[in-house]
Amino acid sequence: MSKARATNLRGKVQIAGEAEGTVLKLRKPISFWGGVDQKSGRIADPRHPDHPASVAGTILVLPGMIGSSSSSFVLAELMMDGNAPAALILPEPDAILPLGVMVAAEMGWGSIPVLLLPIEQHAALETGMRVRIANDGAIAPA
Amino acid sequence: MPLNLTEHERAIAAGIEGEAASMAMRLLAGMGELLGATRLIPVVSAHIDGAVYHGDSGVHFGERLVAGAGKVAVPTTLNVGGLDLVNHTVRQTKHGYDMALRLMRAYETMGCRPTWTCAPYQAGHRPKLGEQVAWGESNAVAFCNSVLGARTNRYGDFLDICCAILARVPDYGLHRDENRIARVLVDVTALSDRLKSLDVLYPVLGYWYGQAIGGDVGVIDGLPADMSEDRLKSFGAAAASSGAVGLFHIAGVTPEAPTLDAAFAGHKPETIIKLDPADLRAIRDKLSTTTADAIDAVALGSPHFSNEEFAQLEALLGDRKVAIPFFVCTGRAVVQRLEEEGRFARLRASGITIVADTCVVVAPILPEKTGVLMTNSGKFAHYTPSNTGYGVIYGSLEDCVASAMTGRVMRDERIWS
Repeated sequence: MSKARATNLRGKVQIAGEAEGTVLKLRKPISFWGGVDQKSGRIADPRHPDHPASVAGTILVLPGMIGSSSSSFVLAELMMDGNAPAALILPEPDAILPLGVMVAAEMGWGSIPVLLLPIEQHAALETGMRVRIANDGAIAPA
Repeated sequence: MPLNLTEHERAIAAGIEGEAASMAMRLLAGMGELLGATRLIPVVSAHIDGAVYHGDSGVHFGERLVAGAGKVAVPTTLNVGGLDLVNHTVRQTKHGYDMALRLMRAYETMGCRPTWTCAPYQAGHRPKLGEQVAWGESNAVAFCNSVLGARTNRYGDFLDICCAILARVPDYGLHRDENRIARVLVDVTALSDRLKSLDVLYPVLGYWYGQAIGGDVGVIDGLPADMSEDRLKSFGAAAASSGAVGLFHIAGVTPEAPTLDAAFAGHKPETIIKLDPADLRAIRDKLSTTTADAIDAVALGSPHFSNEEFAQLEALLGDRKVAIPFFVCTGRAVVQRLEEEGRFARLRASGITIVADTCVVVAPILPEKTGVLMTNSGKFAHYTPSNTGYGVIYGSLEDCVASAMTGRVMRDERIWS
């Protein structure tokens, strides 16, 4: 049932790429710096409602970004170790996390798609859904 | 409108100035595009926050730039590192020590000045009013924009060094006139003259301001025209800890606000925030995370202690000796002056540990995994619990020194009543 709701979604591409994985839709904004363990990808902030889920390998849907510019470092560190999300879906343009992805790509640690999807459309995505992301930003059930 | 690179900039991206400049240009152009900039503009200096060790990816990135013959193209200072190379106060693992040192050396190799301080403005790096620069570290950015009137966004990890190598930044945010105009009037005229005469007010006021204003640009009305640089520093650092404050104006004090009207550039304030002095006590309480009546350590110097602050500390200490670990963090330029003037040895004799090049919330320096730390810094108060495991108590410099004599908390509560 919930699978059907993910069809016809298309994010605006910030960084293009293909990915497939299970959605983790965060219930609150997060700062990767201080909020996500850079070694494991686990949500480290005990005050965050999704603590202690891991972002590693997920299609990570974020309701918003907060905090430090060091979040780009945390994402690059996760990418170097293979513990990054498989894709990021953000509600609005953000420069901090895409920088982490761009640096990882330059360093040869791979890349992940980063899409913008207006927050009103996030209702179509639920934690646990399997989805596939295409180069053009299409988000479809997998 | 997309980002337009000049022919020369495209050639740099293609490698005409070497691999490091090429990678820096690709990253800067990619970011500029995402940020909505339509061009890159030149900068005259840089201050780099990316050389403090948090993990190996940063080291590999720095060393990649070195391998690609990366050199900074403008005068560039370095923020704190992950080690104290002067007084050796950091207790790192072998791996952590080696990586932190490699990172520091990589940035020095690229031509950055080894200032190793979060207060580069105390080490002679003071760009002029209106100059475009690329600075990192939130307190340094706030000071640079607000007190010096030079123009920077907050350039964090990876990007700061790219800007320094290219001597360019994307033209957006606080580089542009229209984004430097105040939108919010912050009225603090209700503050008593007594409070305004005390150093302990300014971190608390900054912490309140950052929470109240978030990421907006405000102008504060009601502070004394002779506000010292150390008070501006402690205000800005606290404001940039509790809010996303990159630029603040203070009417009659900061250079882009000779008057309230000037700060608004003829516009009307979109919002007015009025300080109720009764709220300050609650903010002060929020800076502490424990009501313990004993402390295990004192830490001062975030941002790094100035020469003038050391003079205040020395006057309060006199010939007395502290009873608990007492850390003062500062830059090596200030350490050198203390040594030349014979003050360093006397501070040591009083039981003071001077931490150079780094600080207690970014490197493992504090003696235990848990405990209670007292500080006069709003920024230390904000970051100590999450970064060190210590609980924190905020007090004035006088309170910190008095408490350090016995380990019992001594605070002058009359100030806030």
